[in-house]
Amino acid sequence: MDNLDPTPSAPTVQMQGLTKRFGTFVAVDDLDLTITKGEIVGFIGPNGAGKSTTLRMLCGLLRPSAGSAFVAGYDVARHPEDVRAHIGYMSQKFSLYSDLTVRENLQFFGGMYHVPRREMASRMAQAIATAGLEGREDALVATLAGGWKQRLALGCAILHRPPVLFLDEPTSGVEPEARRHFWDMIHNLAGSGVTILVSTHYMDEAEYCNRIALINAGKLVALGSPGELRGRELGGELFEISCNMLGAGLAKLRQAPGVIDAAIFGDKLHVLLRDSATAIGLPLLLSQGGIIAGSPNRISASLEDVFVQLVSRGHVEGAHP
Amino acid sequence: MNGRRLFAIAYKETLQVCRDPRSLAIALLMPLLQMALLGYGVSLDIKNVSLCVYDQENSQTSRDLTSRFVASGWFEAVHALDSDRAIRQAIDRGTCIGALVIPVTFTKSMSSAGKANIQTIFDGTDANTTNIATGYAKGVIAEALTDFKNRWAQAHGLQPDAIGQIDLQLRVWFNAGLESRNFIIPGVVAVILAAVGAQLTSLTISREWERGTMEQLISTPVTAFEVMLGKLVPYFVIALIDAAFCLLVTIFWFQVPFRGSVTTLVMTTALFAVVVLGIGYLLSVRIRSQLGASQIALILTMLPTTMLSGYTFPIDQMPAPVRAVTFLVYARYYVSILRSIFLKGSSLADLAGPLLGLVIFATVIAYLAAIAFRKRLD
Amino acid sequence: MIGAATDIAVHVQGLIRRFGSLSAVSNVNLDIARGEIFGLVGPDGAGKTTIMRVLAGVLRPNAGTVTIEGIDVVSMPELAKSQISYMPQRFGLYEDLTVAENIFFYGELFSVPRAIRRERTGALVDAAGLRGFERRLAGQLSGGMKQKLGLICALIHTPKVLLLDEPTTGVDPVSRRDFWAILYGLREEGVTIILSTAYMDEAERCSRLALVSGGEIHHCDTPAKLKQAMPGALLAVSADNPRAARDALVGAPGVLGLLLMGDRVNVRVDDADMREPELRERLAGRAIPVMAITPVEPAIEDVFVALLGKERRDG
Repeated sequence: MDNLDPTPSAPTVQMQGLTKRFGTFVAVDDLDLTITKGEIVGFIGPNGAGKSTTLRMLCGLLRPSAGSAFVAGYDVARHPEDVRAHIGYMSQKFSLYSDLTVRENLQFFGGMYHVPRREMASRMAQAIATAGLEGREDALVATLAGGWKQRLALGCAILHRPPVLFLDEPTSGVEPEARRHFWDMIHNLAGSGVTILVSTHYMDEAEYCNRIALINAGKLVALGSPGELRGRELGGELFEISCNMLGAGLAKLRQAPGVIDAAIFGDKLHVLLRDSATAIGLPLLLSQGGIIAGSPNRISASLEDVFVQLVSRGHVEGAHP
Repeated sequence: MNGRRLFAIAYKETLQVCRDPRSLAIALLMPLLQMALLGYGVSLDIKNVSLCVYDQENSQTSRDLTSRFVASGWFEAVHALDSDRAIRQAIDRGTCIGALVIPVTFTKSMSSAGKANIQTIFDGTDANTTNIATGYAKGVIAEALTDFKNRWAQAHGLQPDAIGQIDLQLRVWFNAGLESRNFIIPGVVAVILAAVGAQLTSLTISREWERGTMEQLISTPVTAFEVMLGKLVPYFVIALIDAAFCLLVTIFWFQVPFRGSVTTLVMTTALFAVVVLGIGYLLSVRIRSQLGASQIALILTMLPTTMLSGYTFPIDQMPAPVRAVTFLVYARYYVSILRSIFLKGSSLADLAGPLLGLVIFATVIAYLAAIAFRKRLD
Repeated sequence: MIGAATDIAVHVQGLIRRFGSLSAVSNVNLDIARGEIFGLVGPDGAGKTTIMRVLAGVLRPNAGTVTIEGIDVVSMPELAKSQISYMPQRFGLYEDLTVAENIFFYGELFSVPRAIRRERTGALVDAAGLRGFERRLAGQLSGGMKQKLGLICALIHTPKVLLLDEPTTGVDPVSRRDFWAILYGLREEGVTIILSTAYMDEAERCSRLALVSGGEIHHCDTPAKLKQAMPGALLAVSADNPRAARDALVGAPGVLGLLLMGDRVNVRVDDADMREPELRERLAGRAIPVMAITPVEPAIEDVFVALLGKERRDG
């Protein structure tokens, strides 16, 4: 497979048993994942889970210790240069040169990626327009706000119209409105056939992806759409209940039968029940400890809840029990 | 290789260098500074050797001889002395490098075919200068003799053969063997202390800024003075240990004679340590990057100490404006004190001048250090 | 419900701080009750860190008063510092010292009596899950453990007010839960906690929030009340092709906002009951298969966007 397969849903990123070891430390452990054209897949997991290492292998910057990966049809181990010519890479915090202007940054990346000279002018104009930076072409990047820098960084990453795009922590700390604007741009790119892989530790960002790969300690812990993960992985029903003595209430609930887990959340208690029928009896249980409680409400789990449950259960996606 | 990418990289780099003040300073200012310093400031020539004159006779002839020394351009008459003790004092204090003693029987000896004993006494601490100066002295005397034989004799209606001899006695004090190492090595201690001391402390505050631990530190009840003292005390101890090591090696391994008092040595070394540690600390407070602070520390310590402290190039030989600048080179006082203590066995009274300089520096730096660090982010 | 905490522990009035010509914080007013967990929520550059630094007494404001437990922080910062513990974003862990040595250092800085320090160290180390790591160099701990150690050092003396600037940035979810468990425990002891965060989801865990943007505080209330203040209601439309669904709903009546997510579209409508069947009809009419339309509780991010609107231009 040396050329890009033109069929619409052909896989553009394929990982099979991808592994990376640094001495005895296994940073990435036997990763299997296939991403099809136009998909947005999120690599979600805490810092140190192996996301950056995986991304670097996919960019051809690190050699896999075992397994294989193909990006845009090229083998990352054997043809890293070809891989790099066909991918775009955007890291919000590190891509741009803050002591160069908007225009100079675009020119630099255009030069690095060999954008044909006759296309440069029009593509630069397009990047500036999409980022909303008309009139600020000669401003130093250091003077731009986060949202603008991020859109400019994206513009630089796609100057050469790559079929695959890697985003590394693209919107951390950016204003919510700017983040939504950015993700609109990403969805449009996906709609036009670009395959996008996002790596982030920010659970909320996962909701924007078509599919999520939850990564922990180098392993794939879960794989599915946001809805699927929230629905199936929790292992119980999540309820919230308010009471007047949170600390005491927590202790009581933790010992109650049918309770998988309980924690304080804000001014309420979140409790994970094996069976939703148990919920109705909780206020009575708490009153036996002298605690006044309101009636419990069913709430939907966040991806963070799912992640915590999966990790504490030691779950690994696709692993044989 | 791809020309377009190459150009892209080179162009970007050029833009960035032009926008970075520090890179520009290194690229453009440093060469200018170095050229000026090396071109004008330093020289290995020896001229204007300071000379004190003990003219016991004080006649026209003796004054004639004295003026020859000055007229030669090699010497500069700085003081007239009136006793042997005064000579001792002048050379001990460093008021002059050499002394010329003309006996009371000079004219008589010259005019009666006798032998006139002229003494020149040199401070051998600076072996290099002394070596050259003694050469000059011989030259001046030889010329004087020839001139006496011709002109002077004629003027006084004497036969050339009737003119006496001038017997030039050259005496070198303190470093009789004129070993340059006795002169250089004590100075090395100053250079080492200056470089190491300032480097160590230049990292201390800037390291906390760089690593991010400073913000939390200043939010606690600790006082700025406690921070300064707490941070500098370990380095002070290290600096003294370093100095002790270097001085012991100098005395016992290199066998440089040590004729002075240990107490004076310890005291002056401690003062110098305060100065260099303080300078490093001040840089650390002002410059929040470790690399930046240590770079500047190196420039502010090594450069002046090696070039302008009298360690390599004698201060007397520098042009007046540069000589004026050396008063600001704190190492100059310590180098001079070190050499004096080692070779001349100078007492505190003898060292009054340089000691005052060192004390002033230490006081000023200590004061600045105490007020420099503020528990504020702005 | 929390016990009534009517005493004001932290009072800020008219706070202004400029950097050159840039106004980092302008006219901030806050009253934070004792025992609250108060969150300053907003993106990078909103001014949260500046506010925290002024509260901690390490930055002087250009104007305004700040009082912590009755002490004027601006005129008597050193006195205030004995009542506060501050954990900045880049917190003060010495990577070349061990866990135990770091805790000892901070204990000494705050002159904590030895017996008390030993007892508190034991309790905090257990609560943070760091038992057994006392001899490990701080630099060799994972991100989450470093954060927890930072918290221990900040708590080794008993502050009345705890200031945390973005304390869980980059921390793994499990450590983050441990961290918050410690914070809730402190709340029970009556410690006032002020924390800043850019994580909208973390904001939900606070007693009260201030939404910060452009150096100003735009809204300040409990998470529940802020959500009620958001105009309209949220419906999640799950579809296989969410993009098509989103495009189909543009311009539909009663739709206040559309947010395209990975596997659904979040639609903000003026009246959920009324609009839900209308949306179903519209999508069916365009032959877009829909899996479900369910009402969802808005997240703090939704509230932020709805209440605060347009983004700033300059950094």
